[in-house]
Amino acid sequence: MMAAASEAIVRVLSAGLGATLQDAGRHGYLRFGVTAAGPMDALAHATANLAVGNPAGSTALEISVGGIDVTAESGSLRVAVAGGEFALSLHGRPLPPAVALDLEEGAVLKIRAGRNGSWCYLAVAGRLMVPKVLGSHATHTRTGFGGLDGRALVAGDRLGIERSGSPKPSTGAIVAPWLDRPLDTIRVVLGPQHDYFADDQIAAFLAGPWSVSAKRDRMAYFLEGPRLTHARGYNIVSDGIAMGAIQVPGDGCPIVLMADRQSTGGYPKIANIIGPDLGRLAQARPGAAFRFEAVSIAQAVAARREEAALLSRGIVIEPLVRAHFTSEFLLGLNLIDGVVASTPSDDLPTTNTTESHPVEHRT
Amino acid sequence: MTLKVDPDPATASSAPRFLDAGEAALVVQFGDSVDPAINDRVLALDAALRADPPLGTREFVPTYRSLMIHYDPLQIDRDALVAVVCRATGVVAEGRGTPATWTLPCCYDPALAEDLDEAATILRLTRDQAVALHVQATYRIYMCGFTPGQAYLGGVPDGLVISRRPAPRPPHDAGAVLIGGGLCVVAPFAMPTGWYVIGRTPERLYAAERKDAFLIDAGDNLRFDPIDLATFRDLEQRAASGEIVARKSAV
Repeated sequence: MMAAASEAIVRVLSAGLGATLQDAGRHGYLRFGVTAAGPMDALAHATANLAVGNPAGSTALEISVGGIDVTAESGSLRVAVAGGEFALSLHGRPLPPAVALDLEEGAVLKIRAGRNGSWCYLAVAGRLMVPKVLGSHATHTRTGFGGLDGRALVAGDRLGIERSGSPKPSTGAIVAPWLDRPLDTIRVVLGPQHDYFADDQIAAFLAGPWSVSAKRDRMAYFLEGPRLTHARGYNIVSDGIAMGAIQVPGDGCPIVLMADRQSTGGYPKIANIIGPDLGRLAQARPGAAFRFEAVSIAQAVAARREEAALLSRGIVIEPLVRAHFTSEFLLGLNLIDGVVASTPSDDLPTTNTTESHPVEHRT
Repeated sequence: MTLKVDPDPATASSAPRFLDAGEAALVVQFGDSVDPAINDRVLALDAALRADPPLGTREFVPTYRSLMIHYDPLQIDRDALVAVVCRATGVVAEGRGTPATWTLPCCYDPALAEDLDEAATILRLTRDQAVALHVQATYRIYMCGFTPGQAYLGGVPDGLVISRRPAPRPPHDAGAVLIGGGLCVVAPFAMPTGWYVIGRTPERLYAAERKDAFLIDAGDNLRFDPIDLATFRDLEQRAASGEIVARKSAV
């Protein structure tokens, strides 16, 4: 199919397992058993979208540690990548892990697993020309919903983009310190079935230490740590499951239910990870240790409010100087100082012109 | 796991419990058993909230014994939501609307009913006795969940109450009708299962292209209409072309 004049195409040259299209999720159908899906790390997904001037919940490519190579066809595209600390390169030149750039026709952007993180997001300015399922592009591969034919992206896939605005000829690092999230503590609200566990088991649950097992995907993260025992059995009459629910099946090994979780389930849920910490856990690599901290609803809501405030200020893009500096030098710089903030409603993010600091490629 | 179906007067009328599933979902729990009286209260609250959704609420998910309310805590705070729900439960305690009754064609031919003989043997029934029991009952759709359009049915006759398998079996086909743990399920998506496949319906409980993508909702009643293999193949083709082959009647 020929692209119209205002369109360009993202072509997938190669894709590791688990690269999918995700918008903010397919909401409104949980009562019929339809999982919302949506991004594993909503904060990073929103950051990438805002950095190209899209609404925060727009459809973007979610990329796993399997990586992806893409190119632009039939015109250039304004793109941004944000998420875990992935290794990016354009034409073989390294880029910072959170970056906005113009992908020229034929240019190859390579995204690979880097030092940290499990997911990153490639947002493209404009609108994705792919049919929606129940109002959403979110891919749920287990039921074949959304995305391209309900499946993960593979080499040869072509995604038509109706471009918005005109690309600006600049490449810059996205200033998003909120994506540097240490894993050490994950905040939870206890319940809804914490009364299925004795006090000493709640204490053991909070103390951990826990790590994410290698057994993890978009549906669930299995945890490794102390084995929990139930006080009142482990079968409950099935009820609803929110994202971040920590269920404890009969073997006492907790499972965190993530974006592709089933809508209902029948194991006791000892706690639920708070919204602002879901992305933090999603980015965890197997083996990294953390503990849980119980917080009140009020504390969780305050954290949500802080996160919303961060994004409402808009995304700042730092011009990129193609030079390499030592980490010690870079650590001495205040990268936030002197930047001009944009608002999400701007056509494209404002670029800092008052003070340009070089940003090192951190792979 | 034992699934009680005896009405429990204490939970059928008492105030609900409010349980938090994080800061963006509230569970309104009316009891902890599978009980039509408890499920009635869940569905009544669900209907009342859907008719006039409080600002800041996002989705309502009715299950056997509780309603999960997904909400945006930056738009409505937890205490305000609890207050709204308390008012609604007071108003709607009288009951829910009149449920529809669905008649769903179901083929029990061993070619499709892969586990029927195995289940019948465990239940000390002949194949025909098991089918007769399954067909004579009227089921209540307690909830939908797990996969799109999947329906959980209560009202399984005592003779068909069977434990789940100790280990899951390989995936069944779409449209499978299964029993396990005292319940019956109609499963529109192929999935591995610990239940027993005792029949298959040609109807599609979920069809993306159909005007009513989801055929049935929690609270409806359902009966099975036995069909032979030739009829199944015919209805399967008609269903594939978008026709609704189940029948709906308002009682």
